[in-house]
Amino acid sequence: MGFLQFGLNSLAAMEIPMQPPVASSIAEGVDQLYLLLTGITLFFSVLIFSIIFYFMIKYRRRSETEVPPEVHSSLFLELAWTIIPSLICVVLFVWSSSLYIRNARPPASSTEIFVIGKQWMWHLQHPEGPREINELHVPIGVPVKLTMTSQDVIHDFYIPAFRIKKDVLPGRYSSIWFQPTQTGTFHIFCAQYCGTNHSQMIGWVYVMTPTDYAAWLAGGEKTESMAQQGERLYSQFGCGTCHSAESGGRAPSLVGLYGKPEKTQSGETRVVDEALIRQAILVPNSVRIGNYEPIMPTYQGQIDEEQMLQLIAYVKSLGSAERTNGQ
Amino acid sequence: MSTAIADLHEPPAESGVNYLNANYGIKSWLLTLDHKRIALLYLGSITIMFIVGGVAAVLMRLHLVEPQGALFEPETYNKLFSTHGIIMVFFFLVPSIPATLGNFLIPLMIGARDVAFPKLNLLSWYVFITGACFALYATLSGGVDTGWTFYPPYSSLYSHTNVVAVALGVFIAGFSSILTGLNFIVTIHKMRAPGMTWFRLPLFIWAMYATSLIFVLGTPVIAITVFLLGLERILHVGIFDPSVGGDPLLFQHLFWFYSHPAVYIMILPGMGVVSELVTAFSRKKIFGYSFVAFSSLSIAVISFVVWGHHMFVTGQSIYAGLVFSVLSFLVAIPSAVKVFNWTATLYKGSISYEAPMLYALGFIGLFTIGGLTGLFLASLATDVHLNGTYFIVAHFHYVMVGGAVMAFMGGIHFWWPKITGRLYPDYWARIAAAIVFVGFNLTFFPQFILGYAGMPRRYAIYPAEFQVLNVMSSAGASILGVGYLIPLIYLTWSMRYGKPAGRNPWGAKGLEWTTLSPPPTENFEEIPIVTEDAYEYLVAGGPRV
Repeated sequence: MGFLQFGLNSLAAMEIPMQPPVASSIAEGVDQLYLLLTGITLFFSVLIFSIIFYFMIKYRRRSETEVPPEVHSSLFLELAWTIIPSLICVVLFVWSSSLYIRNARPPASSTEIFVIGKQWMWHLQHPEGPREINELHVPIGVPVKLTMTSQDVIHDFYIPAFRIKKDVLPGRYSSIWFQPTQTGTFHIFCAQYCGTNHSQMIGWVYVMTPTDYAAWLAGGEKTESMAQQGERLYSQFGCGTCHSAESGGRAPSLVGLYGKPEKTQSGETRVVDEALIRQAILVPNSVRIGNYEPIMPTYQGQIDEEQMLQLIAYVKSLGSAERTNGQ
Repeated sequence: MSTAIADLHEPPAESGVNYLNANYGIKSWLLTLDHKRIALLYLGSITIMFIVGGVAAVLMRLHLVEPQGALFEPETYNKLFSTHGIIMVFFFLVPSIPATLGNFLIPLMIGARDVAFPKLNLLSWYVFITGACFALYATLSGGVDTGWTFYPPYSSLYSHTNVVAVALGVFIAGFSSILTGLNFIVTIHKMRAPGMTWFRLPLFIWAMYATSLIFVLGTPVIAITVFLLGLERILHVGIFDPSVGGDPLLFQHLFWFYSHPAVYIMILPGMGVVSELVTAFSRKKIFGYSFVAFSSLSIAVISFVVWGHHMFVTGQSIYAGLVFSVLSFLVAIPSAVKVFNWTATLYKGSISYEAPMLYALGFIGLFTIGGLTGLFLASLATDVHLNGTYFIVAHFHYVMVGGAVMAFMGGIHFWWPKITGRLYPDYWARIAAAIVFVGFNLTFFPQFILGYAGMPRRYAIYPAEFQVLNVMSSAGASILGVGYLIPLIYLTWSMRYGKPAGRNPWGAKGLEWTTLSPPPTENFEEIPIVTEDAYEYLVAGGPRV
């Protein structure tokens, strides 16, 4: 008995993590699916193992000359073990896909935080302006959307406690969202191999009570909001020369542009999103909208990823299509 | 390895000229057109590659005993796991069963004197060796740190290691796969003995046929992909690099378009071997012959349309995700059908437990777990959490090591008496099989838990809470290492000192067991005429001779 107790104690003392903390609104759903899958795996593994062991013992060879009886193949059995696994797969597919679709769309009320991955650290910026490196402070209960890009190679933003993960690619924007349900400190990992110090591209997400979060936001040094920083860049690069209302219509106005479907000169209709704004700044002639002259110069090499996100935040702050239409 | 075999002076059971003693000297091996000798050339080469890849794996696991890394700098660790992956996938697993057992057995099993194009067969070995030399050169000249997946833009622009050499190695080795696949397809179509109809073929042949289809259809894609990668690295053309208009995800699509079917290149031959072993050691006809045969073909076909499940978290559209998810579930069905049929074959059999059968039963069990854990990754919602973690590593190794390598070991033990004309000590072989089984599970089972707990793969250092599971895994790896060393010793020993085997030591069915051990250069005294189905064990189990 004492020995058994010792065994159990040492197992507990080893603190083997069986699963990460359950700290986001989607974590529980993912865990339930995981449990179902584990159950199916256990059931079929035990089934196959027991049948094999039973046959191994029951039908072991008793003499060198024995001739086993003929067993005819059975269409019924073949169909049964084709159809039953298929049905299980259908259930799994429907369950996992509906969960995935539900988890894929961020709620409209999400706060947006911007993430830049670079070898080998995470840069994050809150819309209010504060910047963080390898740390992310968020309030509990508030849905947060991360808009992410990479400055160099492919990274992957992974928070196991939230059961979320998304590749962070150079030259494009990807996004994920989460709604924390538990205060605490949780791992951020880079989950896509990105070079020498890949395993050190890690950090912490701090989920705080709303009051703690407000205190944290107020506590740092005062910074301009991202949109204000973007506005400064807007005037610094002289964007207003053409894009402002007073410029005499040389270029489209940016007010209310975000989120609007626009016809490009190549004939396709594209919604103005982060990717389109980025493309229009870096390779202007590839996405001209409306009937404007191709006079915009490229800003390739002049604007870094962080400034790009600030410019995008500024354009967004000028109103999105939905809001302008509503007025 | 080859010289040791050439040293076999003692005549085997039935004295006479066989393919091993027909002529001597290094030249007779390097210029041979005999499919059996070419199989042994391959066996020697991939054994060396397996040892290189295995040493890298053991070093990695030793390093991971400590959360801060026990042995190496992160850069060295990265090179170790890259070397392990590249060598094991492209230079061991892909050629393992097809190029050794496939080469040796296809003509023997279908009643032919050789493959359709013997010169092409030898050429494929030289091509393989050339590719392997590039890979080994890259490893010895400082190593490569891109992982076996070579994702750009890291591999094309940022890595400071010798990516071009290893990409060239993979590119070249690909041609040996294509040549082998082509050779097998033509051989199976055109060179079957009289009476050897398609539905009398041993299931190993069906599996090799399905594998060859993937070789021929899939390998050109990986070849052109790594070629473009090399081009981008040398000339900085924008194919995958987004800063000059390329698309890094294009690489992943192309890479997995080959590399997912490639995992079936590795497992299908193993399934073929297991079908032979299960029937031979239970003296039973396979249950559901045509279902097992056609499941091989359907796996080969479906495997080409599931590649997107490697990219669920890359930002691929939701709809693409749904399509690839449903197709990935679909590919699980024929694999399940095989497992059930093997199990049903045991029913009312006359089962004996020599070493090859232990490996075959181990395969069925571990492949079952490997296959079922694949469902976690076909499911979109759980894949998001598990992708890129140790869960993937565990799943992959249950299929590739628990599956493909187990089958390879089982096959080598089963046909070893045919290949060498000698018996190995079965006692030691059973012990080794048991050690491999235990070591394997201890190495890789904890990795499932590690993965769900959130530990990413390819981490040189890791948070302390994951240490216990990592230590278990490392302990398992050393046991597994011992399990693989023992066969290396007794099999080598048996080539000189083993008892002569006789034609059919297992009392198995199949044309390869009707000829001498080792077979004569021409395989058969007379081309056999086939009058019965495969695995007709009903008429007196075939006494051992």
